[in-house]
Formats: sequence, C-alpha cells, structure tokens
Amino acid sequence: MSSLVELAFILVVVIDLFLLASSRLGAAIRTVAIQGALLATLPLLLLTDAHDLGHALVLALGALAVKGIVVPRMMFSAIREASIRREMEPIVGFVPSMVLGAIGVALAFAFSSRLPLPRGEMHPFLVPTALSTVWAGLLLVVSRKKAVNQVLGFLVLENGVFVFGLLLSDFMPLMVEAGVLLDLFAAVFVMGIVMFHINREFSSLDTEKLSALRD
Amino acid sequence: MLFVILAPLLCAAVAFGVPSNRRRPIALLAGALAHGGGVAALLRSAAPPARGDWLGLDALSTLTLLTTTTLFLAAAVYAQGYLSRRSDRDNRVFVGGLLVLLGAMTVVALSRHLGLTWVAMEAATLATAPLIYFNQNARSLEAAWKYLLIGSLGIALALLGTFFLALSGAAPGGPRSLLVDDLIAAGPSLSRPWVRAAFVFLLVGYGTKMGLAPLHSWKPDAYGEAPGLLGALLAGGLTNFAFLAIVRVFQVTRAAGEDAFARDALVGLGLFSIALAAVFVVGQKDFKRMLAYSSVEHMGILALGLGLGGVAAAGAFFHAMNNGLTKGVVFLSAGNIHRAFGSKTTDDVRGAARVLPISGPLFLAGFLAVTGSPPFAPFFSEFAILNGAFGEGRFLVGALLLAFLAVIFVGMGTTVLAVVQGDPPGNAAGVPLSRENWLMAAPPLVLMVLVLLLGLFLPQRLRDLFGAAAGLVGGGW
Repeated sequence: MSSLVELAFILVVVIDLFLLASSRLGAAIRTVAIQGALLATLPLLLLTDAHDLGHALVLALGALAVKGIVVPRMMFSAIREASIRREMEPIVGFVPSMVLGAIGVALAFAFSSRLPLPRGEMHPFLVPTALSTVWAGLLLVVSRKKAVNQVLGFLVLENGVFVFGLLLSDFMPLMVEAGVLLDLFAAVFVMGIVMFHINREFSSLDTEKLSALRD
Repeated sequence: MLFVILAPLLCAAVAFGVPSNRRRPIALLAGALAHGGGVAALLRSAAPPARGDWLGLDALSTLTLLTTTTLFLAAAVYAQGYLSRRSDRDNRVFVGGLLVLLGAMTVVALSRHLGLTWVAMEAATLATAPLIYFNQNARSLEAAWKYLLIGSLGIALALLGTFFLALSGAAPGGPRSLLVDDLIAAGPSLSRPWVRAAFVFLLVGYGTKMGLAPLHSWKPDAYGEAPGLLGALLAGGLTNFAFLAIVRVFQVTRAAGEDAFARDALVGLGLFSIALAAVFVVGQKDFKRMLAYSSVEHMGILALGLGLGGVAAAGAFFHAMNNGLTKGVVFLSAGNIHRAFGSKTTDDVRGAARVLPISGPLFLAGFLAVTGSPPFAPFFSEFAILNGAFGEGRFLVGALLLAFLAVIFVGMGTTVLAVVQGDPPGNAAGVPLSRENWLMAAPPLVLMVLVLLLGLFLPQRLRDLFGAAAGLVGGGW
C-alpha cells in the first residue's frame, strides 16, 4: 500500500516537470488530466481510521470528475475551436523552466524536512509534493504566453493545493472539498478563451497581444 | 443577520429574471435599500458574537458594513442614471453581478470562519470579472482577463495559507478549527512555523485582492477599463474586505505570538505600495489609471497603519472608512467626466469644471480629500497614522510616508488640474457628449459631504468603534 502511495506522489512530481518542458498543448492537457486522475486516488490510498469514508469517496470522485474529465474536456474543445496547437516561444525557455522546477522540488523537500508537522505524519512525501506542484504551477503561469498554457499552470497550482489539503482531510473534510471550488475559476477561464475566439478581436490566443494596457 | 446576506442575493436572482433592460436597475436600488435597512437593524439589535458562531458582528464588521452599504447605496442611485444612458448594452449580468458582489462582501464582513471568508472572497472575485468586461471591447477583455488570472492566483495561494493555518492547530488537543475565535483562544499552542507560513501566504493571497504592490498589476487595467461605478465599488468596497480578511489573519498571528514578524511584513509591503504609487502617479495622463494608483497608495497606508499598531491601527480603520467613501466620490465623478468627454486622458479632457458644473469641481474636491488635505476626513486618519509612526519612534517610516504623500499630491494634482481647469477642447465647445443629470451627480456629492462632515465632526460612537476595532489587533486611540 505504502509503495503505491509513494509511486503516486513521485508520478505527480514527474508530471510537473514534464509539463514544464512540454510544448504541445494537446499532450499537456492530457497530462494534466492524468495528474488530476492520479490525485483522485490519493484520498482513498491515504485512508485511515480517522477518516470518514463517505467524505473520502466524495473527494475522490469529485476530483476525478472535475480534474480528470470535465475541465480537460473543456480545454480540448476550447483549443479545437480556437485551433491552436503549441507554445512557440515561452518567456522562459523549456529547459530553464524545467531546471527551475527541479530546484523547486529540491527546495520543497528541504523546506518540509525543516518544518515539523504538528501532528502525526500522513506520508513523508505529501508536503514536498504539494509544495513543488504549487511551485511548478506558478512557474507555468508566469512563464507562458498562451492563455491555454496559463490556465494549465493554474490547474497544476490548484492540484498542489489539493494535495496539501489531504493533510486536513480527516478533521476538516468540508474545507478540503470547498477547495474544489477553485475549479470554477478554471471553468471561467476556459469560457474566457472561447470568448476571445468569438470576439475575434484577437487573431490568436497569445496573451502577448493583451498588452495594450501598460504604463 | 442572514437577511443582509440573502436580500442582495435575492435581488440578484430577480435581476437575472427580469426581461426588461430598462426596469432591471431598479432591482439594484431595491437590493441596496434592503441591505442598508438590514444593516441598520442589525446594528441596533446584534449582540457580540458568541464562540462557535460562523457569523457575527464585531467592531470590525460593523465598520466595513457601514462603509459598504453607504457606498453601495450611492452607487445604486448612480447606476439608475448610468445604465439608462447605456441602454445599448444588456445590463443583466452587470446588475446581477453587482448584487452578488454585495452579498459576497457582506459574508466576508460577518464571517468568523476563515474557510467561509475564503469561499466568499472567491465568489466576489468571480462575480466581478464579467462586470469589468461590461464595455465588451478588446481593452476591457484584456483587463478582465488580467484581473481574473491574477485574482485566481491570489485566491489559490490564500487557500493554501488557510490550509497552513488549519494545520497549525491540528496537533492532538489543538483547536482543529478555522473559527477565528477558536484559533485566537488556542493562541500560543498553535504551531508557530506554520502560523508564520500561513501569514505569508494569506498576506500574498488576500494582498493580491487588496492590490498591495507588487501584487497590484491588475488594478490600473481593471479600474481604467471598468465603468466608474464598478471602480468605486472595487476600490472603496472589495479591497476593504480583502483588508478585513488580512486583519482577521493578523488577529490569529498575533495571538500565536508571531506579530513582530507580521508587523514588519505589513509595514514593508505598505511602504512599498505607497512608494510605487508615487512613482506611477507622476505624469499619469489617464485619470482613471491615476485613481487606480491612488488606490494602491491607500491600501499601502492601511497595511502600514495595521503594521504600526497603537494609534496608527485606529487611524487605519478610520482611514478604511474614509477611503471607501472618498473613492466613491472620485470614481463616480471621474466616470461622469469620462462619459462627457468620451476620453479619459488629459490629452482630450480639459475644462471639466465648465462642462460639468457639479462633477468637475467634485473631482477636484475629491482629489483634495483623497490626497489627505484638511478639512476632509482622510487628513485626520492619515494624521493619526503618522502620529502613530512618530509616537512609536519609527521616524524613518514616518518621514518616508510624508515624502511619498507629498510626491503623490503633486503628481495627482498635475493631472487633476489639467482635467478640471482651462477651456474645453474646441470640438466639444462646452457641449458634452452627455450632460450630467442629478441621478449621476448627486451620489458623489452626497458622499463628498459625508467625507467633509466626518472630517469636521467625528461622532464619539464612531470614534469608539475605531478604537474597539483597533483593540482587536492590540491598538487603540
């Protein structure tokens, strides 16, 4: 059991790094969907006596439905409608951003080994995985120009927050479930992208074009 | 207590249902009046919050609610005039969204549970984004996109911070709760490193919503492109609630004994915001963007006052109220000028005082108030904060604050005088694109009178409220 959990955490981090290096949007969306589905297994894998089975099921199924299926599907239909395929020139290159991501992972492990958890450990990899995923998400948002990629970054960031939330899932299940509300943003973003398209005031979804407003 | 939350939401539902574009704004007025009445009744009847309640009314929530309901009422009256001028646009989403925003802000004001606060802040963010897009052009789309992207990052980090805080009390026998009262009661037993980390994330998260530099970059765009009415409600309303959320977190941090660290962070971010506003206000031709930087400045002043503590904390809560009302004056009058000239840069706008005999001078008076000139109320609150800085022996902080305020006064003055004075540009020749009517001129005028009255005479009850609010964070007159 514990080796399965370990594998899941490691996969989540590997996916973070893969996303930082990937240029094809379709592959990236699929990978984020896989990460979401992977996260959905965690509430069940980490189940202890202190947990309420009902809440764990709700969390797992909710995450699977929203992070693994609904949002990725919306993203796919958005890129199909706007017919975009890949990120051509990110602000930070693929290799540097991957290196930054790896540094983030190392720092996250160092940081969490120095921050003692005030309660029994659930799993030693949980906090570092959460923090490095948050970091990777932030990197993706700030280093990519395409709106779709920024939304993907936000999804990754949100996944990191979700992993951290699992630490509280035994005594504050409602709060953790409320975190899924973050996905509302993702949905609105995707609607926004479609709106760009309908609006036709932009020829592509390059947020570089969104730079009329500046000082 | 539920009434003040549900009434605006109910009116929002009505607004979404009403088919007539012309009649729909009445729902806004109804919501504002119901909310105002509800707040008045609440102030008369409410008992201090009991341990374990998710909603409660303390001095802090009283102050923010009072400011917001006044501002919203003024904005709702203004909207009657504004939306009838903009009958070309479908206002269903706009009216409904404003009312949802009011409901969400009320939840933040009354919430004593940090999770509930977070949910309400997210709802407020989501409700605002489509409002920024009201003009439906490329520029407003860009502004709405930036607002949503930066706001969502802030909200996500705030959630992470909230989780940190929950974890800090998760030790066996700990509070295991996100109720502010439980966390404060547990105080020193909270895990201090996690409280510290939580404060950082929550300050960054809600600081983004508040628009503290360097997390302010959505502000000039959103305020510049959104209707003046929405600018007033964001700068005078929503940002105050983000500040309130930070104050709640600060209460917990202080109880856990980490306040020295938190105070330094607040003072640093506050001063940085004021400095940045001073840099960008100078030479700013777009007067709506100028107001956005002024908002960054005032958020900085609030953070600074909270960080300094003592008299400055009481001054900060006084300032939060003044800022809310004054922002109403400047944004609404700036909106009128924008409508009348069809432009918002000093290249095209001149002689507003002659074209708009009420809004023009009001914009000038509002500028004097917002930069802290006597006898308007912001002067007295900024004075209290300065007083606190020097009283605590923070001479460098006080001197820097004074210097930045002076630069901002001169910078804003240049732009505002260019807008208000002189002869109107030739093609307008005194004939504005749209004349002001009383529905759009009276609300900022009334707010201006309020700001003046608060400066000339501060009722003892209000003064006590500021003191009580400051008492929650260890300050007071």
